[in-house]
Amino acid sequence: MAVAETTGAEVETRNIGEYLMSHLREYGLLFALIVIMVFFQVVTDGTLLRPVNITNLLLQNSYIIIMALGMLIVIVSGNIDLSVGSVMGFIGALAAVMIVEMGVSTYLTMLVCLAVGGVIGAAQGYWVAYWKIPSFIVTLAGMLVFRGLSLWLLEGQSVGPFPKEFQLIANGYVPDIFPAWIGEALAPIFDARKVNVLALVTGFVAAGFVVWSGLRKRARDRAYGIVGEPRSFFVARNVIVGAALIFIMYKLSTFRGLPNVLITMGVLTVIYAFITEKTTIGRRVYALGGNAKAAKLSGIRTERLTFLSFVNMGVLAAAAGMVFAARLNTAQPKAGFALELDVIAAVFIGGASMSGGVGKIVGAVVGAFLMGVLNNGMSIMGIGIDYQQMIKGLVLLAAVIFDVYNKGKQG
Amino acid sequence: MTGCAMTALLEMRSITKTFPGVKALDEVNLTVREGEIHALVGENGAGKSTLMKVLSGVYPAGSYEGEIHYDGALAEFRDISDSERRGIIIIHQELALVPLLSIAENLFLGNEQATRGVIDWQATFRRTEELLRKVGLKEAPATLVDNLGVGKQQLVEIAKALSKEVRLLILDEPTAALSESDSQALLNLILELKAQGVTSIIISHKLNEVRRVADTVTVIRDGTTISTLDARVEKITEDRIVRDMVGRDIAHRYPERERRAGDVLFEVGGWNVWHPTHAERQVIRDVNFHVRAGEVVGIAGLMGSGRTELAMSLFGRSYGRNISGQVAIRGVPADLSSVDRAIAAGLAYVTEDRKSLGLVLEETIQRNITLANLAEVSAGGVLNENEETKVSERYRRAMNIRTPSVFQRVMNLSGGNQQKVVLSKWLFTGPEILILDEPTRGIDVGAKFEIYGIINELSAEGKGVVMISSEMPELLGMCDRIYIMNEGAFVGELTAEEASQERIMSLIVTE
Repeated sequence: MAVAETTGAEVETRNIGEYLMSHLREYGLLFALIVIMVFFQVVTDGTLLRPVNITNLLLQNSYIIIMALGMLIVIVSGNIDLSVGSVMGFIGALAAVMIVEMGVSTYLTMLVCLAVGGVIGAAQGYWVAYWKIPSFIVTLAGMLVFRGLSLWLLEGQSVGPFPKEFQLIANGYVPDIFPAWIGEALAPIFDARKVNVLALVTGFVAAGFVVWSGLRKRARDRAYGIVGEPRSFFVARNVIVGAALIFIMYKLSTFRGLPNVLITMGVLTVIYAFITEKTTIGRRVYALGGNAKAAKLSGIRTERLTFLSFVNMGVLAAAAGMVFAARLNTAQPKAGFALELDVIAAVFIGGASMSGGVGKIVGAVVGAFLMGVLNNGMSIMGIGIDYQQMIKGLVLLAAVIFDVYNKGKQG
Repeated sequence: MTGCAMTALLEMRSITKTFPGVKALDEVNLTVREGEIHALVGENGAGKSTLMKVLSGVYPAGSYEGEIHYDGALAEFRDISDSERRGIIIIHQELALVPLLSIAENLFLGNEQATRGVIDWQATFRRTEELLRKVGLKEAPATLVDNLGVGKQQLVEIAKALSKEVRLLILDEPTAALSESDSQALLNLILELKAQGVTSIIISHKLNEVRRVADTVTVIRDGTTISTLDARVEKITEDRIVRDMVGRDIAHRYPERERRAGDVLFEVGGWNVWHPTHAERQVIRDVNFHVRAGEVVGIAGLMGSGRTELAMSLFGRSYGRNISGQVAIRGVPADLSSVDRAIAAGLAYVTEDRKSLGLVLEETIQRNITLANLAEVSAGGVLNENEETKVSERYRRAMNIRTPSVFQRVMNLSGGNQQKVVLSKWLFTGPEILILDEPTRGIDVGAKFEIYGIINELSAEGKGVVMISSEMPELLGMCDRIYIMNEGAFVGELTAEEASQERIMSLIVTE
């Protein structure tokens, strides 16, 4: 009896060890984010997680996250897009010229901007997909062209300010749909002036959703006899993620509530996570990046897929461009300068592979947040931009080395 | 002339080389005398290349059993550069030239005519001209290798060997990709080198060429030496060589099948294909063939005869350009102009190279099986993963894929199991006609037998199977009819009753 128990426990331990080894990357990323947040929370005397700073953190990184969604798909399919920073700047400039100088309505401008983003993506994707010109070169050219175009469009000047409704894209907050008295009643409990109930509820709903989908996947795994995550890991991970979501939303609720950008970001993240993981087109993208020749011989129209990944990237860069311009309330010739590197770094920190076929939307978003927290935390501490750049560079290198090392050990 | 000296330059004694699970060489003996041309013949997979890799140090001393005596002393080569220093130079079938460098740069690559790292171009060009004269190649030393035809590239390779002061030159299928006149020129050069005292080993399938130049012929089959024939003692006939190459009992290695061919299912007429980059090279010449329902049809031929190119050009025009010809399925013209159309028309093509063309190695078994038919496991573009798992579990059981679960990555599977995953992927598309390109290459005997069983089941279901294979016994054991292909054209057709290895081989070698 005792012997049998020991063996059982041993098997369990080995399984946990094996599971941890094969999922080291995911846990490592989450763990790194937590460590970094705790570190900055301590050294900045709690400034990092102040409601106003959390709001800032989200706004500052929104456009990077939006572009990281598209970049992940481009990188998974085996390409890269260096032009997104320039395209983002160009679209901001286009929006400013249309609204401020030409007096076009805000909503029409937004539609035109998204469409132009798509056309830009198509123009670059065409050469990559159908002429097999390396994406590095095509988009390097695009980076220069659109940088020049924004300068030309703005004639070297800043153009602004934007009308109120355009600013709302980045600086607006979702109004509380719950009656005011609930918030007022909760305020004294949280020791705040007022509480945005919608934000609080959203936090609980999001946490609930994470746990629910986790449980569903677990049930499925069990039904098919897959060795899933050990129970202790599952519980710990869900408690941490759920609590973090509720905590952040609670903080936001005591400030100005849910920023519009957070909703845009959240919805886009969910949509793209769904597309990449649950749809045929997503599956084909991974196959294309994993082995383009095999994908083609399996009847996948690889050229069209590559083309579409760039069109999608263009549209997302346009959306990011509008968010960026609205946030600064002016379009500047230098907007988006070198931002493509932050976006690409976020995707690689998030676990994507340079050679394609590997990477997850959630990873890219967490990667972007990790970079964002580093930026924000170091700025609060008053660390100079010189050290910030060096540290970010080393973090990127460390993340990729970790990946390669890990892969070598598994293989 | 030293050509007739009877001393042995090379003696390989009782060489045994094992790979995990396979004995590639079993007590092979090879004696090459100073100044002779020695031909090494045998079927694909007989062990010729492995033997040459042992000799040249690709498999270093200690990784094999037996002894190599070279130039009168025991030799233990650690790597290729070690054997090259002793004058053993191997020229592979796939040429190892850098296309975008000049002839001169290629000749002295890694052996540059330089002082302290600075290349002496004058010396380089002077020596290049000397070497090119020796091999009879009239090209300027600055010509890019890319601009040379295969025949001339072959000569550059030989010039490169000469630049290293070669004593034993090994040529692996030197004329496989050459035209008739280029082949003749190359053979003449080898004879001339012999006159200058260079000893050569030629690996070749073309027995007429072997007979023409070789002083001695060693036949290898299944990793053992079968015979060594000396042209100076007896006259060597092609029949004799072929008999030694193939003579084995092939009964009971293939599962029994009731042969019952139905109506014509798949018909190809006047199929012509040109090379994708060398526009003037015609790769497939006027090929006509048909497959009946329930029939297994073989395509025999040597590597490079155009079998894979034929299959890929048919399957969604995945190879070549200026493709012309007609394809009909059940008598109705079929549109195979893209891979998805070919799949929709009922075609499936199991690639020769499963790792680089057949599988996404990083992905799971399940994701590989459903890849070519995602529509079946999705609704409105959204995947139904439960359905996917059910489907792949079904194939796992039906094909006997040995794996703990279908969520295992295919990179962790053995070759035989990987091949079963590829087959599952294509069976899931519900094909009528399957083209199997080297379906049993690199997999063990047990898995081979299982795959033969699967092929028989498919034919019993009335599907048409085209089987491309370099292993002739496999074609003879499995096929109802065999087409023989050589240099892009079909040169013969034999029924199962008529076919024998000798007949196929003689059709190939005599054209």
